[in-house]
Amino acid sequence: MELNVGRSILIIAVCVLCTLLERALPFLVFRGREVPGAVRYLGGVLPMAVMATLVVYCLRDTAFTSLAGFAPQAIAVAVVVGLHLWRRSALLSIVGGTAVYMVLVQMVF
Amino acid sequence: MKTTFRYALRRSLPILLGFVPLGLAYGVLMRSAGYNFLWSGACSFFVLAGSLQFLMVSFLTGAMPIATVAVMALLLNSRHIFYGLPFLEKFRAFGPWRYYLIFGLSDEVFSQHCDYRPTPGVDEKWSFIFSTLLVHVYWVVSTIAGGLLGALIRFDTTGIDFSLTALFIVILLDQMHGADVRLPAALAAASGVVCILVFGAANFILPSLVITSAGLMLLRPRLEREAA
Repeated sequence: MELNVGRSILIIAVCVLCTLLERALPFLVFRGREVPGAVRYLGGVLPMAVMATLVVYCLRDTAFTSLAGFAPQAIAVAVVVGLHLWRRSALLSIVGGTAVYMVLVQMVF
Repeated sequence: MKTTFRYALRRSLPILLGFVPLGLAYGVLMRSAGYNFLWSGACSFFVLAGSLQFLMVSFLTGAMPIATVAVMALLLNSRHIFYGLPFLEKFRAFGPWRYYLIFGLSDEVFSQHCDYRPTPGVDEKWSFIFSTLLVHVYWVVSTIAGGLLGALIRFDTTGIDFSLTALFIVILLDQMHGADVRLPAALAAASGVVCILVFGAANFILPSLVITSAGLMLLRPRLEREAA
């Protein structure tokens, strides 16, 4: 395939700029001035809300039309939560849950 | 400094587990589209956003107008607008390094920052910098490896991407464990599920974060009272 180097670099540059703009936006908006109380409050409660949103995001393609569409996720999530409430070791919970998920999607469902 | 690096390294290992297969897959995909490891490595180095980079492969091989590319890139990563808010004041105190931290504020780096706990011997600023650097290095190196030797890999890695899901679950559990209020998590999860049903799985995240933020503002009097 013939690469269009100029166009490729332009596309990559546009994606870099768009990503950077979004990541920098809150810092640009509140640059050089006091962060308003409402924004400070939002910044305090957002981490938990964003992590919960990212969990939903990771599981967004779960389908309830077939057992294979949701059972591996449901079981693996239960394993992660169970291991973590039991031992509170991040690595154990993550490796254990991932191993269970891989076995389920490769061999069981 | 050594303690700080070890602290960041230990906590970043789950991300390495998730990024190796993802980076390999990306390198292979780019190569099949005609872009060798230098291209995929450069994309990972400068963009540092997994989902956008996968979408970029279709930008690169298609004939889409550049304006469309920009709009799609902005929409896909719009959740990043929210990622700076918790760190507005913290990063100000970090000097020039803050520009790198802002540049590198991806999903995984954000999760590492949220997971930071003050620990004896660990410097907060350098812990943030090391976390960003480590995730950045994992992503670039696994991408280049995929572009160079992806086709040689025989081990069936199907499902290993669940490690990032597990990482986010674990961080959420740790946040809830030490928190006075857990309503933000419940609100975000409920809003996420409803928005998937309304807007579809591909487009739910921005409306969901907007609704969650609006809800959190409405609940501000109650949450501030409970946290006090």
